[in-house]
Amino acid sequence: MKSLVCISHVPDTTTKIQYTADGKALDKNGVTFIINPYDELGLVRAIEFKEQSGQGNVTVLCVGNAEVEPTLRKALAIGADEAVRIDTGTAEIDGLYVAQQIAAYAKDKGFDFVFFGKESIESNGSEVPGMVAELLDLPFISQAIKLVAEAGSAKLQRELDGGYESIVSSIPAVVSCQKGIAEWRIPNMRGIMMAKSKQLAVVPAIAAEVAVTTEKLQLPIVKSGCTYIDADDAGKLVEILVDKGLI
Amino acid sequence: MSVLLFAENANGKFKKATLEAASYASELAGKLGVALHAVSIGNVADDELAKLGTHGVSKVHTITDAALNTFSDQGYTRAIGEVAKAIGAKSVVMSQSYNCKAVAPRIAARLGAAMVSGASTNPTVDGENLVMMRGTNSGKGLETVRTRRAVSVITVKTNSYGLKETPTTAAVEAFGFASQASDFGAKSVEIVKTANKISITEADTVVSGGRGFKGPENWGLLEKMADLLGAGTACSKPVADMDWRPHHEHVGQTGIQIAPNLYIAIGISGAIQHLAGVNSSKNIVVINKDPEAPFFKIADYGIVGDLFEILPKLTAAIEKAKAAHA
Ligand SMILES: Cc1cc2nc3c(=O)[nH]c(=O)nc-3n(C[C@H](O)[C@H](O)[C@H](O)COP(=O)(O)OP(=O)(O)OC[C@H]3O[C@@H](n4cnc5c(N)ncnc54)[C@H](O)[C@@H]3O)c2cc1C
Ligand SMILES: Nc1ncnc2c1ncn2[C@@H]1O[C@H](COP(=O)(O)O)[C@@H](O)[C@H]1O
Repeated sequence: MKSLVCISHVPDTTTKIQYTADGKALDKNGVTFIINPYDELGLVRAIEFKEQSGQGNVTVLCVGNAEVEPTLRKALAIGADEAVRIDTGTAEIDGLYVAQQIAAYAKDKGFDFVFFGKESIESNGSEVPGMVAELLDLPFISQAIKLVAEAGSAKLQRELDGGYESIVSSIPAVVSCQKGIAEWRIPNMRGIMMAKSKQLAVVPAIAAEVAVTTEKLQLPIVKSGCTYIDADDAGKLVEILVDKGLI
Repeated sequence: MSVLLFAENANGKFKKATLEAASYASELAGKLGVALHAVSIGNVADDELAKLGTHGVSKVHTITDAALNTFSDQGYTRAIGEVAKAIGAKSVVMSQSYNCKAVAPRIAARLGAAMVSGASTNPTVDGENLVMMRGTNSGKGLETVRTRRAVSVITVKTNSYGLKETPTTAAVEAFGFASQASDFGAKSVEIVKTANKISITEADTVVSGGRGFKGPENWGLLEKMADLLGAGTACSKPVADMDWRPHHEHVGQTGIQIAPNLYIAIGISGAIQHLAGVNSSKNIVVINKDPEAPFFKIADYGIVGDLFEILPKLTAAIEKAKAAHA
């Protein structure tokens, strides 16, 4: 299997988010960046294909500026064969911009699977994978929790509200990953050493225009404060909730 | 010109999330001064289609190609895209269901449209642009976005807008669309239900438990309360990781993100990753024996104490209140 794994570079889940004073960007001070956790699941699944069959190739791709390179190196340490960064420089980007870059890169390269995370924990868009699928005219299996490949086709399970859907798909296909499809892996020393000599290619972005721009970023509106109810008088809570029409 | 709602059905019925998207789309159509149309794919009875009229839809385009009775990402994308083009839709609106999340970005790419996912406010119209808010950084932030294309695709954050009625009569008209073999690159084989309970993304009230419950054997207390309230049940991540509860109940940054009207958190500390998934809840009740638990910082109502003593008191009080209202 020849896989492309698209990864986004996102703040660690424990980050206390702050925005810059002008509300235009994330305040990156003291923030550790990681591979988006869902993308890492796709990466591990792609590596497993290679391990199981002893052949194939895994390319990781990130659309971004030079800041994302350590994250690509980490993907190489986990086991990807090569990395590609599509250089955005200082351009403003959105889901469609990123999708156009990925589609342009992947178009003629003969990938069997293009893997994504189900969403970026930074943007929460769930946009890029479906857009890439449409631009490449490929089937899209979203929120996949299981993937097995056979000759020429793939069997998948896709998460649904309160259950899942079994799917048979032709290959090539675009898959966005949800927990269940693989387990997270911690890179070992050997992987980290090997990553240093693997190729990280930088390719220029194609001309594309954003379709959505950010006006302002702000923290969620905080609550005015908590009304405490005495534990011995717990029934009082029910009275309040009934009065407020909440139950 | 018009606004187009994708009126997704589940077994022939419109779920609350679809009607919420209709309510949202209706307000947007009003602001743009255009009509609200809907597209329905699959078998939906006329009286069910008429419900869309209650929420402002003046025309429903129905596509009843039997091959599309089950979801197909490519087929639905083409179908909705064709209707959007035929009626000159300025905006295509849908819920954030699993299937909508799968097709919305495809449609946006197909139409070259600006996509806004999980919109939490109704847009203001500024010339050719729409400006609205959405959650970002997994519930830790809010983003105001501006669309920069003539057409937009918007998914509406579940439970953020609510149901509103703007009654009109929905004319029903068949839309000529035939699926083709290439629409089924990915083909649905079967849908397996693993939970028969109330969906926590749609529930008005969600009761949620954490490690404070000590073990799965104690969940009866929580379930009894949830049953009485007609609530969905959720849990923290470690609880799901230890298999005390099924994974589809796990809420938070790495689980499901919910915005119920009332969220009751019991024996959950309120770690930043947990809060990210629940902090859009309109009302939050926290029960925890530790007065320093971070969860109290975002609570509306709090009880400091032992859940094993408090829950029986609460359920008794709820039973009493129910009896009084019966
Ligand atoms: C990458 C990453 C992602 C994560 N994603 C998520 C996520 O999506 N969702 C999530 O929930 N967590 C997530 N976590 C885990 C999170 O950091 C916390 O560890 C977790 O939320 C704690 O769960 P808890 O509150 O049930 O348990 P604890 O933190 O152990 O809290 C238990 C609480 O119960 C209280 N308690 C104990 N006994 C009683 C009693 N008898 N009566 C009343 N109260 C009692 C205690 O005072 C305590 O506050 C993530 C962590 C990481 C590192
Ligand atoms: N800048 C990027 N470069 C490469 N892949 C990306 C980028 N942004 C998002 N993705 C991929 O698209 C998925 C969904 O992202 P989003 O649509 O932003 O929620 C992520 O999980 C990644 O797999």
